[in-house]
Amino acid sequence: MFGLAPLSTVVWLPIVAGIVVLLTGSDRNAAAARWLALVGAVLGFIVALPLWTGFDRAMSGMQFEELHPWIETFNINYHLGIDGISLLLILLNCFTTVLVVIAGWSVIRTRVSQYMAAFLILSGMMNGVFSSLDAALFYVFFEATLIPMFIIIGVWGGPNRVYAALKFFLYTLLGSLLTLVALIYLYNASGGSFSLLDYYGTPIPLAAQVLVFMAFFAAFAVKVPMWPVHTWLPDAHVEAPTGGSVVLAAIMLKLGAYGFIRLSLPIVPDASQHLAPLVIGLSLVAVVYIGLVALVQSDMKKLIAYSSISHMGFVTLGIFIFNPQGMQGAVIQMVSHGFVSGALFLCVGVLYDRVHSRQIADYGGVVNRMPVFAAFFMLFAMANAGLPGTSGFVGEFLVIMGTMSVNFWFTLAAASTLIFGAAYTLWMYKRVVFGEVANEKVAALSDVNGREIFVLGLLAAVVLFIGLYPKPLTDVLNVSVTALLEHVAVSKL
Amino acid sequence: MDMMNVYLVAALAPLAGALIAGLFGRQIGRAGAHWVTIVGVAVSMVASAIVFHDVMQGGLFNGTVYTWATVGGLQLEVGFLIDQLSATMMLVVTSVSLMVHIYTIGYMADDPGYQRFFSYISLFTFSMMMLVMSNNFLQLFFGWEAVGLVSYLLIGFWYKKPTAIYANLKAFLVNRVGDFGFILGIALVFVYFGSLDYAEVFALAPEKAGEYTGIGTGVQWPLITAICICLFVGAMGKSAQFPLHVWLPDSMEGPTPISALIHAATMVTAGIFMVARMSPLYELSETALSLVLIVGAITALFMGLLGIVQNDVKRVVAYSTLSQLGYMTVALGASAYSVAIFHLMTHAFFKALLFLAAGSVIIGMHHDQDMRNMGGLRRKMPITWIVSLLGSLALIGFPFFAGFYSKETIIEAVHLSQTPGAGVAWLALTVGVFVTALYTFRMYFLVFEGKPRYEEGGASQAGHDDGHDHHGPLDPHESPGVVWWPLVALAVPSVIIGAIAIEPLLFGGFFGESIMVSAERDVVAIVGEHFHGWLAMGLHGFATLPFWLAMAGVALAWFLYLHRPDLPGKIKQAAQPLFTLLDQKYYMDRFNDWFFAGGARSLGRGLWRFGDVGIIDGLFVNGSAKVVGWFAGIARKFQSGFVYHYAFTMIIGVFVLLTWWFLRI
Repeated sequence: MFGLAPLSTVVWLPIVAGIVVLLTGSDRNAAAARWLALVGAVLGFIVALPLWTGFDRAMSGMQFEELHPWIETFNINYHLGIDGISLLLILLNCFTTVLVVIAGWSVIRTRVSQYMAAFLILSGMMNGVFSSLDAALFYVFFEATLIPMFIIIGVWGGPNRVYAALKFFLYTLLGSLLTLVALIYLYNASGGSFSLLDYYGTPIPLAAQVLVFMAFFAAFAVKVPMWPVHTWLPDAHVEAPTGGSVVLAAIMLKLGAYGFIRLSLPIVPDASQHLAPLVIGLSLVAVVYIGLVALVQSDMKKLIAYSSISHMGFVTLGIFIFNPQGMQGAVIQMVSHGFVSGALFLCVGVLYDRVHSRQIADYGGVVNRMPVFAAFFMLFAMANAGLPGTSGFVGEFLVIMGTMSVNFWFTLAAASTLIFGAAYTLWMYKRVVFGEVANEKVAALSDVNGREIFVLGLLAAVVLFIGLYPKPLTDVLNVSVTALLEHVAVSKL
Repeated sequence: MDMMNVYLVAALAPLAGALIAGLFGRQIGRAGAHWVTIVGVAVSMVASAIVFHDVMQGGLFNGTVYTWATVGGLQLEVGFLIDQLSATMMLVVTSVSLMVHIYTIGYMADDPGYQRFFSYISLFTFSMMMLVMSNNFLQLFFGWEAVGLVSYLLIGFWYKKPTAIYANLKAFLVNRVGDFGFILGIALVFVYFGSLDYAEVFALAPEKAGEYTGIGTGVQWPLITAICICLFVGAMGKSAQFPLHVWLPDSMEGPTPISALIHAATMVTAGIFMVARMSPLYELSETALSLVLIVGAITALFMGLLGIVQNDVKRVVAYSTLSQLGYMTVALGASAYSVAIFHLMTHAFFKALLFLAAGSVIIGMHHDQDMRNMGGLRRKMPITWIVSLLGSLALIGFPFFAGFYSKETIIEAVHLSQTPGAGVAWLALTVGVFVTALYTFRMYFLVFEGKPRYEEGGASQAGHDDGHDHHGPLDPHESPGVVWWPLVALAVPSVIIGAIAIEPLLFGGFFGESIMVSAERDVVAIVGEHFHGWLAMGLHGFATLPFWLAMAGVALAWFLYLHRPDLPGKIKQAAQPLFTLLDQKYYMDRFNDWFFAGGARSLGRGLWRFGDVGIIDGLFVNGSAKVVGWFAGIARKFQSGFVYHYAFTMIIGVFVLLTWWFLRI
């Protein structure tokens, strides 16, 4: 596009758009900021489409590669490239950005341009994470994403936003500092390279592999988040504005899982295999323990946040069982969770905008006043509970299939999500939506407006489409996942 | 491939109806909604009839519709398997569904959610069709969960009613417990057979019969037994077998048409269908068959007993459904799969009839469901009365009625079966015949015979809980034509389908390859040796033990509820503990509420308070923040701003360093 390489466009267009939006300045130009942001987000999505159409589904290895020297002293390159896994996450990210801009349209009334710009810039940075093939570049993007999100929570958040923003920032920063150490070690071990593809071929002794793995793990486990380093997420979600929650759940959590796939597994395959039981154990704890904790939450956002952790447990489980079903299931689960949890946060946002409460107890009988909303909410609740025909089922199903070839008891624990997932989601749904109109605030509710219907309808269509026909996704993933698993199966000792 | 189009029409016509009625309900109006869905289901029924005819001519089909996903070189597909079993189910599902659709016009006439209701029941029909037409485990699970979803939506159709929204959540969760087992079974199939396609799995099954599962379990289980038991857990949920039956009685909170369609005729028989479909697997595991047999026997007898103490007319029919599902399950356990499907079919007709008739009574009683307020309705509602009597006779297995042929064959088959537990199961079923007759005719006498009790029973006495309070003097009258026509249409097969179908279905090799029975367990063939036509069987029926037990049950019901209506109360007092046990449904609901629901909540709260808030956040996260703060607080003291403090610290530092340096050397 305009002579620019496609991946660079996908990364930088939202960032440039964000800066342009920033230039509109104060809230007197809020309308301009909104429209510019929308144009930027839509353009950002459109420029990502050629990646989908032009992607060679039969080719293993990186595609759309770009390689330019950046800091030559340290042999750091501006090196981009994607495989099927990154492709899906980039598309998810670009799509979500459009929705977030629309969702914040009339709700955000203060510092509009900064709000919109933060999301656009964040979107570009996350595309950068998903397409970096240079470790230093990856690290810069990975860390840089913290800043806009920190601002989003800290500025447009709820009453306890400072605590939540700091907790979010410190928690995730502490983890990722160790990654830097690991990257410096790898720089030496690989003979002075920051290329991830070089690291893939670098032999590393087991002890060092374990240390590198643990360093990566510290960063990525926090980001996913895995039990027991998950407690920043419920707080961050509760305090974040709706758009922040959507991006946090839909994309930011995936950075951790993506890190496992792009860095941990191929760079230190032996350590990954050795420590897989640890990760699987923590994943299963996430599924069961967090499933139970989600059940008793009285705050809707907190409930969905815990549900996110539980669903991300499926992702890490799928990654670390090292078979095609598990890995594909994990990636599809990531994509699906992006749509479903994003949609659920938007649903809570719809209610919050009207009633200004996230407490389940403050609702009841919403369906009487908002039947259209109730139908959407039902669809997303069912998708969250993994109902077949929705995207939520595909990933869970594949991961369960994959886990069974590893261990029956793991599968038993993982499949319990069928019960817990349904229990916490539908119990919340029942208390919020069903029943007689609970109070005057509910009685005064008005159903979703055209803008909200558009956003939720778009998500509903995607959720159903993936559920009924996930083949386009699995086709994109097949070769990449097979190549990855073949690589991981070869020892680097 | 022109038959392919017929299959697609059969499956998709109800979906089209559901989508139009659901999405454009407001535009097309009430009449539009019922017309579009009825046409959809009628088209589906015609297509099913064509398919059935084609299958009779040998037109079997097993093929893919589209590829759902490709994973690791394995294709997961959506496809159809059209054989005798699925064609029979398609016909049963669409014909009952069509009757229920028509009936609903009358039953839901005044309901504000009219269009939504039609959309749901058509969606249900689509889901059920996908379930029975599936040629693989994945799609089976799709249909399996989709019917569960629609059941959930329909039980909670009256979403303002607290009991309804409690019941639908309960139904969904209990079904999910079953599905939990079901998906484990599917996963085992996937791992050990490398395919989810029925034909491939069944072809491989004999080779795998001796294999054991050993994946990281430490315990070696016979593979096929493990698979069959896991799958059966799913069937226990969907087909409401003990101890996962608890959701079905509560599901009566939904509107009556769906009790007939979903919770009697079709969805709850999905488990029966599934096990029959999996007969090539179950035949390889006597352990699994034995479990099926025993679970079925427990359900058949003990759920029947609960029917005796119910006062809500729909709940009596619901417990009767549980009990009859138990009969079908026992038939499966005895390897009499074809008989189970036969009973499924006859039961679908007469139980749908009984439910819809109960609904007609409920309309007549202005939505009072308590039988204690009824009585003598035969004169007021003659058509409902006649069809109810026919349905009741079919249910208790009166000779020549549909239920007679299927139930009698089940009992005989179990009698002949060598599967461990068959003896006990036979006893349970035989006693069950007496129980069935007792509760059925208790209901019949209380509703239709004797003196009316509703004129005396005003609002103050009404012991029901449906939230309607307008019970002054009542004048029940026959329901409108759209209500009673489907009743008549269902009454015909309830009477004759058994006599017509028994010979071709059971002894004519009808099911062909679609059901597999190993030779040493083929009890149906032995029953067939003594079968000399429906007439002889019917006549012989008057001389069998079950017949006299049934008559004893009817007589007892007559004695207690017509002749001496004062006695039941006295018996209740005399046998108080027993009555309480039955009235409390063996305390299972209470136990589940306390142990599972309450336990999960307490555990969740404990983990959250203690684990997340207490240890992780309290001790580690905020704790480390506090430690940092504390250190910083101390460190701050050093930064006092006085030069002599700094100088003194420096001297100490130099001293320490020098000491260390000297000692090192």
